[in-house]
Amino acid sequence: MASSSSGGSGSGSEMQRTAQHRISVIAGHLRRPAEGDVAVRAEECKAPQSRLEASGDGRTVPMKRHEVMKWNGWGYSDSRFLFNKKGQAEFTGKRYKLSGMILPALKDWFEGTFGASLQHKSPATPLLNTSAVQAPTLNQDFVEELKSIGVPFSHEAEDRAFRGHGHCLHEIFALREGKIGRVPDMVVWPNCHNDVEKIVALACKHNVCLIPYGGGTSVSSALECPPEETRSIVSLDTSQMNRILWIDEKNLTAHVEAGIIGQDLERLLNESGYCTGHEPDSMEFSSLGGWVSTRASGMKKNIYGNIEDLVVHIKMVTPQGVIEKSCQGPRMSTGPDIHHFILGSEGTLGVVTEVTMKIRPVPEYQKYGSVVFPNFEQGVACLREVAKQRCAPASIRLMDNEQFMFGHALKPQVSSIFTSFLDGLKKFYITKFKGFDPSRLCVATLLFEGNREKVLQHEKQVYDIAAKFGGLAAGEDNGQRGYMLTFVIAYLRDLGMDYYVIAESFETSVPWDRVLDVCRNVKARVVRECKDKGVQFSPLSSCRVTQTYDAGACVYFYFAFNYRGLSDPVHVYEQVEHAAREEILANGGSLSHHHGVGKLRKEWMRETVSEVGVGMLQSVKDYVDPKNIFGNRNLL
Amino acid sequence: MKASDRDLRGMKDDEFVDILEERRCSSDLGHAFRTFNPQPYKGGPPCSAADLNKALLDSHFLHRVVKEVAMETGSSQEKVMEEAGEILVEMSHNLHLPFIRLMGYTFSKVIKRLFTSIFVNMDGLNTLQQAVQENPVILMPNHRSYVDFLIISYILFTYDIPVPVIAAGVPLAEMKIVGEILRRSGAFFIRRSIGSDKLYWAVLSEYVRGIVRHGFAPVEFYVEGLRSRTLKSLTPKLGMMQMVLEPYFKGEVFDITLVPISISYDRVLEESLLARELLGVPKPKESTAGLLKASRVLQEDYGSMQVNFGQPLSVRKLCEGKINRSYYNLVPRDLPMKPSAEALACVSWLAHVVVGLQERGSLISPWSLMACLLIQEPTTVLAEQGLLWDDLTEKTLWLRKMVLDFGARLNWPGEAPNSAVMSSAISLHRSIVYLKAGRVYLTQEEVPLRRHRISPEEGVFRTAVPVLMLAAYRNQSLHALVRPAMLAMSICITRSTQRDELFRFFCFLQEVFANEFIFIPGNLSQDFEEACLCLNSCGAVYISEQEVRVSEQSSEVITFLQKLLQPFIDSYQLIFRCVCEEEQVQVFTEKQFLAAVRALALKLILSGETESELHTYETLSSDTQKNVLSALCRLEAVAKLRTSEINEFKVNKAAVRRITDALCGKIPPQMLQAPPDARL
Repeated sequence: MASSSSGGSGSGSEMQRTAQHRISVIAGHLRRPAEGDVAVRAEECKAPQSRLEASGDGRTVPMKRHEVMKWNGWGYSDSRFLFNKKGQAEFTGKRYKLSGMILPALKDWFEGTFGASLQHKSPATPLLNTSAVQAPTLNQDFVEELKSIGVPFSHEAEDRAFRGHGHCLHEIFALREGKIGRVPDMVVWPNCHNDVEKIVALACKHNVCLIPYGGGTSVSSALECPPEETRSIVSLDTSQMNRILWIDEKNLTAHVEAGIIGQDLERLLNESGYCTGHEPDSMEFSSLGGWVSTRASGMKKNIYGNIEDLVVHIKMVTPQGVIEKSCQGPRMSTGPDIHHFILGSEGTLGVVTEVTMKIRPVPEYQKYGSVVFPNFEQGVACLREVAKQRCAPASIRLMDNEQFMFGHALKPQVSSIFTSFLDGLKKFYITKFKGFDPSRLCVATLLFEGNREKVLQHEKQVYDIAAKFGGLAAGEDNGQRGYMLTFVIAYLRDLGMDYYVIAESFETSVPWDRVLDVCRNVKARVVRECKDKGVQFSPLSSCRVTQTYDAGACVYFYFAFNYRGLSDPVHVYEQVEHAAREEILANGGSLSHHHGVGKLRKEWMRETVSEVGVGMLQSVKDYVDPKNIFGNRNLL
Repeated sequence: MKASDRDLRGMKDDEFVDILEERRCSSDLGHAFRTFNPQPYKGGPPCSAADLNKALLDSHFLHRVVKEVAMETGSSQEKVMEEAGEILVEMSHNLHLPFIRLMGYTFSKVIKRLFTSIFVNMDGLNTLQQAVQENPVILMPNHRSYVDFLIISYILFTYDIPVPVIAAGVPLAEMKIVGEILRRSGAFFIRRSIGSDKLYWAVLSEYVRGIVRHGFAPVEFYVEGLRSRTLKSLTPKLGMMQMVLEPYFKGEVFDITLVPISISYDRVLEESLLARELLGVPKPKESTAGLLKASRVLQEDYGSMQVNFGQPLSVRKLCEGKINRSYYNLVPRDLPMKPSAEALACVSWLAHVVVGLQERGSLISPWSLMACLLIQEPTTVLAEQGLLWDDLTEKTLWLRKMVLDFGARLNWPGEAPNSAVMSSAISLHRSIVYLKAGRVYLTQEEVPLRRHRISPEEGVFRTAVPVLMLAAYRNQSLHALVRPAMLAMSICITRSTQRDELFRFFCFLQEVFANEFIFIPGNLSQDFEEACLCLNSCGAVYISEQEVRVSEQSSEVITFLQKLLQPFIDSYQLIFRCVCEEEQVQVFTEKQFLAAVRALALKLILSGETESELHTYETLSSDTQKNVLSALCRLEAVAKLRTSEINEFKVNKAAVRRITDALCGKIPPQMLQAPPDARL
């Protein structure tokens, strides 16, 4: 395999060293600190490889996903939050930095914020009841021919149920109640581009509906099978197309199969001393093909760019054939960029099979940081100034007061009296000496990357700007915890759902002059809607400014509420989310910054891109896929 | 027993408390120095007057406008900026708690002399106290007297609610000392005629928006724009309303809370001044000296005053589906922009809704009911023979029942016997009528001794002053009666029983009288329904799907209501006639118009030509005259010409005659224009 050989070429030992370093850096916000390198490699602690082993390279995602991952919740089966017998929160497993730790503050925060109680449990159905899964509608001719070309497939209930959903709240909620709606009738696992070509040709021949499946982390109802679809639905799982085909060190590009998931891509590149720098919050599970087809964004886009800046070449199989460019020129003036028909097409036009991506040498130094501001307004003003001076660190995020409190609730048990004393002192300094109002202050978390000298210089520049807006440096710890929050948030949602608390996140992008208005109004709208819809407890409504651009920012919202006393909590939640999106649009925010449209936000496409815009997209769809083989009905 | 008392007063659920009671038994000084500790606004920290001014002068919006103005006028930006600074100095409030205390102290002293009691609804205050913590609050009282001006601040100070900043007219600022006291009590000052002064508009609108955005203090303004000379609600002015609402339209605040406040007076301080103004005696300029001279009004009794804080209204809820906030999405936040037609319609609608609620929240006094009846008597009878007291009291009680049936709020003291209530009302208003030997007479000013004779015109004016005062007190009840009265009028004029015909005529009347009474745009059919239900509730009509039929035994209701509106019909007809009469004249100025109307009205009164003379006294009111002119413009029977600086009007006599004919029922209702589709 190309990837393994490229790792050994050139100044091998030097690269190995940087790779090791790089791995520990990623482990910084993902995993436990490296004890040896045991914790770094996720596959070391996962279940034995599936018997249907395809690539054999020891990747994170087996064909039988449910052997490693939860069928009705987020992430690995062995990792979850729970309240132990003493009523303390802990995180199980060994994969993460938080794993095995006690989080003493979480219970009080949880009960206090939501009015929830550990006495009131709403546990999930433990096992998938396979009889609840509809019998598959198979297209026999298709199945026969598929067998003849030798692509592995399955129509077992577990496989199918796993690929019928993403991670929207309503999807997970239904699974926890053991409710399974329309799911794909079978799953196929192509192993390479050629397999995909064959499958698509067969699907066209036999009029079968194909739904591409990458990492399964969609939060836009994109993976839901359209209930009105009468043809046989085949889920095309790209997870076994997960090789790095080559690395081009002269041009700093890598050619990668699109099914590879983020953590594997990063790890394999690291072994060669490189990285893509693309780190969406879902990178543990989401796939390269998924990033391309949803226009993903990574938290370090300030240095590396978003997915559209990172791709150099894309190969996609459509019902009309393969679409790709003839060369790898870094920019072309050849009419509208055909990549932009593919980027964000959400699986409606074809399957992305291979991508050439920019890579960068692994940065030598990385540092977290944080700044406390007296209030959110000052914080936004600071971020705006940082963006104006174009000196944003790899990542800069501003959490509001609610999220700051939330982050604090995730502080692990303090090991020494000295640390707790120091914490107390810090708090005293900020609230009493500096006069920050604890119910208003907010925190920006920072991540710097590059060579050591430049990082330190950069850090000083950013802190100097922050000081002009009343910001006080608040240490690396707070920063790191902030990033951890985004990686464990989905696990936390599962914990909430065990105790009548449902939660969701949504995002938008908005011009700078409207950032504060969007944040204030959307948060307030969520609170008001919850009240109007009969939610008995006050909800958590929180936001952070999570990316900065020259002309605006990306804002990310969390909302959660205790649904005890509601007869149809999911419906209430959907109404609230709908209202929140209306509010975003009314205040000049976009329909989505990086989650995509899917089926969840389709109704607003017309007003978002105009009548003509929809017509343009429709005409592309009509040409590329006249029989609607890629029939997930996303976007349009 | 108690409950029925309450019902009689029409103040059903609300707990009205006399705030003067406490002031009479404890020290005013103690009150002025009470710890003032309002709940803070959750949306942000307080912001001083100086911060506010600084933010305004630094705003991108102002800088844009300054640049534009500098370009247009050819002067330098610095100079224009300086000008803007001067405007701001003239305009801005300088709210200071110590001055609120000083004001509170003085105010306590004065109002205790003037009023026997000031009733305030406590639940309204409680909800307000909650509301000011949540969203920016706009206090919108009606405006009937100068006393309105600080009463709200005084009440809020007493009950630990942040005191408002108040929009006032510049003439007040120019009063010596008083202007400064007002400024420090939270008043900011707006010029009366701004016209097309771009810079002034910019400073004012940004100033107002700034206060709303910060939200730490409520904004108080009079949506009617001026004091109503007729005690009737005025058509709302939209400029200020729009400025106040814009932060919501632009998403700069989550919501805005509007609080309609109804202030009702048993007797208005300025009553005779107002009547004189209506008859053309110019309003004295506001001056401190004038104020001191006016101190003789302090010697008199003005009964009680009621302040009713309405339910807070959420602008967000009201505007749902009426406004597309994404209108502003594609332009910079601080770009001066004309509001969309949709926004303007919405502002107008909201303003009308608020005025409508002010009306519904006001309490009708026994005196106002009596005025409704008194004014229906011919003037000569009132002035010479007098009206039988027993007749008046009997009819007043009859009217009280009817008004309660219509769902109005009454302020009828429950403790005292009815006859005592009514005779005390008469004695409170001895400047208008007096009771002698079981009869009620119109009070007329003494003729100065050294003049033996008065000219006939002066005689008319002597009578007109109390008559117009009487009309003003009648007007206090009109909001509760106008809809059924218009239906009654439709029935009398069309002589139809068909519901759709009556509805058409009803709509026509609304259109003609839209400047006279407050109708919420797009509410025609609800108004008509309400009118039907009112008349049905007192047994005056039977209603069915197709028909509205008058019941024989209670025709007196219909007659009464018709006579209530008759003066308006007569005045309008007379003025229409006047406009059409002058053969050669096609174009006239407002001044010429007013003079011609007045001359004609005087002539008719003196000649005794019109059968019942009293009605034409209201024709003498400049308010009526101006309303007719606006109505004619609105109905496109008169066109405004903008040839010179003075507005000139061109009349389309055929159109005016058509309205005249329609108004006397010469045009069958089915020929009238179909009611427009409910707008909004």
